[in-house]
Amino acid sequence: MADMETVKKLEDTSYKIRHDLLNFIYRIGMGHLGGELSVVEVAVALYYKYLNYDIKNPRWEDRDRLVLSKGHCSETLYTIFADLGAYTMDYIVEHFEVLDKSQFGMHSNRKYCPYIEASAGSLGHGLPIAVGMALGARYQKKNWRTFVIVGDGELDEGTNWEALMAGAQFRLGNLVAVCDKNRLQMTGETNAIMNIDPLDEKLRAFGWDVIVIDDGNDMEQVCAAFEKLPEPDYTVRRRPTFIISNTVKGKGVDFMENNHKWHGGGIAKEQLDEALASVKKNRRVR
Amino acid sequence: MAEVKTTYDFDQMLSNAREAYGEELMRMADDGLDFVFTYTDNVAPSSSAGRFAAKYPDRCFNFGIAEPNQVGASCGLALSGMVVYAQVFGPFLSLRSADQIHTDIAYNDVNVRLIGTHAGVTAGGGPTHNCIADLALYRAIPNLTVFVPADAGQCVKGIRRSFDFKGPMIIRIDRGGSPSVYADQSYEFEFGKAIETVSGNDLTIISAGSSVYWSMMGAKILRERHGVNARVIDMHTVKPMDYAMIDKCADETGVIVTVEEASINGGHGGGVAEYLMERGYNGKFKRVGLPDEFAVLGDPDEVYRYYGMDPEGVAKTVWELLHK
Repeated sequence: MADMETVKKLEDTSYKIRHDLLNFIYRIGMGHLGGELSVVEVAVALYYKYLNYDIKNPRWEDRDRLVLSKGHCSETLYTIFADLGAYTMDYIVEHFEVLDKSQFGMHSNRKYCPYIEASAGSLGHGLPIAVGMALGARYQKKNWRTFVIVGDGELDEGTNWEALMAGAQFRLGNLVAVCDKNRLQMTGETNAIMNIDPLDEKLRAFGWDVIVIDDGNDMEQVCAAFEKLPEPDYTVRRRPTFIISNTVKGKGVDFMENNHKWHGGGIAKEQLDEALASVKKNRRVR
Repeated sequence: MAEVKTTYDFDQMLSNAREAYGEELMRMADDGLDFVFTYTDNVAPSSSAGRFAAKYPDRCFNFGIAEPNQVGASCGLALSGMVVYAQVFGPFLSLRSADQIHTDIAYNDVNVRLIGTHAGVTAGGGPTHNCIADLALYRAIPNLTVFVPADAGQCVKGIRRSFDFKGPMIIRIDRGGSPSVYADQSYEFEFGKAIETVSGNDLTIISAGSSVYWSMMGAKILRERHGVNARVIDMHTVKPMDYAMIDKCADETGVIVTVEEASINGGHGGGVAEYLMERGYNGKFKRVGLPDEFAVLGDPDEVYRYYGMDPEGVAKTVWELLHK
């Protein structure tokens, strides 16, 4: 188990990422804050603890891979890359969608930004790509893991289910999918628009091991889930793992939480100030 | 330029690009080249690709009947560090997997060679199994190289050469037997560099794929029946197109006809037309290919004949254009 000191550190980092992310979105005037805020704990747990990864060597061939399939939430990753020392936030803002100076976009591009594993934006692409990566690791006799983060609304896309079948068929024990299940998509409640539940039962029926995090914005629970992952031993063929992380869209900002209207867009200065105050108020201090 | 030996004067010698590429993959693996192969469930165990998969099971992955997932996973395999060859049933590659070709393969700039089979109407079975819109689609996707071999031998050359190629590539081949264009494989081949297979100065026929042979046979008819000397160009790389060759032919022959086993809208002929128009070409020009309708049902050779894409049809179109 992750000790409480580690959990506390990861919580502190999550607070800082939320703080920096909000400032970032305010400065660039666009983003997908709802989903970017909901996925913070999972992303922080991965980049600061569970990914075998070196920010100084982003193309290290034995690194774990993380594909952010919900590519519209890339600003969370950019903020993490900055916090890990890859860039300054000023640098990212100066190179965010500015024509021929662009290194960062609302939807990530691996050619512009070497910390991005796969360019994303069109939904339903990450899981198939992750299946290929995991197959590639096994073929090359490598013990790195492939992680992919999908949204719950994204699971409407049929390619996910093609990839889920393939992940089980090829018995990719080195593959871990995480669904940031914040229950909302652009125009309303995910399950009112296209019901994906019972997701855990469906995934088990598709041949995956399932770990459910009751509160995916609780770092202790997030760490507990990642601690349960099987070793990525390329010689062992077993069921891949799917983590369902139940989260809150817009987490940490009272006026954004559970409101699908904060799926996309920018924020004004007054909203930024209120959001920062809210994040501070809601910060968990142990 | 060294003379290219073709089978132009011989009876049709059928060769099969779909068989040939699988045999070449086998040779490449036997030679120690490291790559992986993905396929959908249209590779018969008895085919060369099927035998390759049986001999090298660790590097061959069957994705069932799920082309988008196959193309996406091929991207992932390439991102893991591998060169990937992928056989996909052509009609479903281009249309069903368009988003994956665009985003996973081309935008991610990965070393995946998508081998689209059953080009044109060669699958038979009607428009659901026709592959006619692909060239127009591929031409509009940035960062794609589109290779359309004229025969099985050229397919083999391209498959082998593509191992070291940087970036994504489409390799578009027929379902089955097509006449061999080249009598032997000693000719120089380079992606993006078109080949003059028949010399002549009265007009130029620019083709890609199986239609190169039809064009050569059409040129033969024109010469024997009418004393017209048609030049025939094998534009095996439809993208990037060899514009220098088009310039040369436009300047030297002044009449240009394109032939392709695809829709005439937006494909190979469209590409030639766009270039000619922008360079200020004033000569005669005509596209031959499948018209803007869902094709009639029938044996592929009969369908092509119906639409004037066979040698007689090509010769007739050229002759009429010359006298217009």
